[in-house]
Amino acid sequence: MSKTPLVAVLLIFIGFFFFPYFYSVASGQLGKPVPELEKPKGDHCIEDAKWMEENHMVLLKEWRDHVIRQGIRTYISDTYGTAYNISTYTCFECHTSKANFCDKCHDYTGVKPNCWDCHVYPELLEKYR
Amino acid sequence: MTGSAIATITLTASQVERVLAAFAAPAIDQQKVRWGMVIDLKKFNELPLAKRKRVYDVCKEIHNIPIFPTAKDRVEWIWPADFEHTFPSQFNHFLPEEIENLEVPVLCNHCENPPCTKVCPTGATWKRDDGIVTMDYHRCIGCRYCMAACPYGMRSFNWRDPRPFIPKLNPTYHTRTKGVVEKCTFCVERLEKGLQPACVEASEGSFIFGDLNNLESEISKILREHYSIRRKPELGTEPKLYYLI
Repeated sequence: MSKTPLVAVLLIFIGFFFFPYFYSVASGQLGKPVPELEKPKGDHCIEDAKWMEENHMVLLKEWRDHVIRQGIRTYISDTYGTAYNISTYTCFECHTSKANFCDKCHDYTGVKPNCWDCHVYPELLEKYR
Repeated sequence: MTGSAIATITLTASQVERVLAAFAAPAIDQQKVRWGMVIDLKKFNELPLAKRKRVYDVCKEIHNIPIFPTAKDRVEWIWPADFEHTFPSQFNHFLPEEIENLEVPVLCNHCENPPCTKVCPTGATWKRDDGIVTMDYHRCIGCRYCMAACPYGMRSFNWRDPRPFIPKLNPTYHTRTKGVVEKCTFCVERLEKGLQPACVEASEGSFIFGDLNNLESEISKILREHYSIRRKPELGTEPKLYYLI
């Protein structure tokens, strides 16, 4: 029996499997550096900046559960001891733009959070003004 | 190399725990209060039309409720109905004309025994300890079981993306998305700030809101002194919305 069909199927599979890689190479996106984010206002984030970079989604998820399930509206920062109002808009008080902050990294990593289908962000406010 | 990676992960995990322990206590002890509302229909119907309309409109404004052009897509938390359809079991023949023609504002009854929460497959709607039946839109999958279970029809479904139909956005409140159910929440976000629900504030005293557990509260006194009716009491859902006629 000829091995040709098997090899052809294997080649097609490899072609599909590595398509994202070839696509990135062809469009010149491979090895693109991490995007430069807009400098936020204020001197520190809610928690340590490095921690926030890695775990902001955990914090937001816990904020959600505490507000909706238990009615807890205040969060006291573990790192800085400052009290924060629990709201997605609290972030935008310092990070004044979603497009120049959140979206840049999310686009880079291919993450599509659906927070902003419902929650209000500065650009949306501009649109309604 | 592997050891240090594991150490980093455990460090992050314990950090997460520490940070998550940093929530402050809630503003209101939900275990102690039980919110309820009384609507004085006579007083409400004596208000001029513009003021009655304001009660419904203020809710739409602060909760970013869309106004759809088609009636089929309608999303509302509080709206006017008539006596016959609000109280089908109390509707007799030969009622006085002023009762038959009453404008009855209807909203979620925040039942003591809510059928909507029992059918929710994801726990997206539930009764809080303070008696408010509320929604977690993050969890709602849009199955509409709750709408089928509610004997009062007080829930609305977002058939379309509501954002383009919101006339004026309230930046302090969220909007909803296509495919979730929504309803009145007794303005939990206002209660946390010590305010009354928006409709109560706009009603010029014809809506009375308060703690049913506190015998000295205005609402308890009014309920003790007046004869009140509730919607479909025979179903055993125990609404916490009382009407005075």
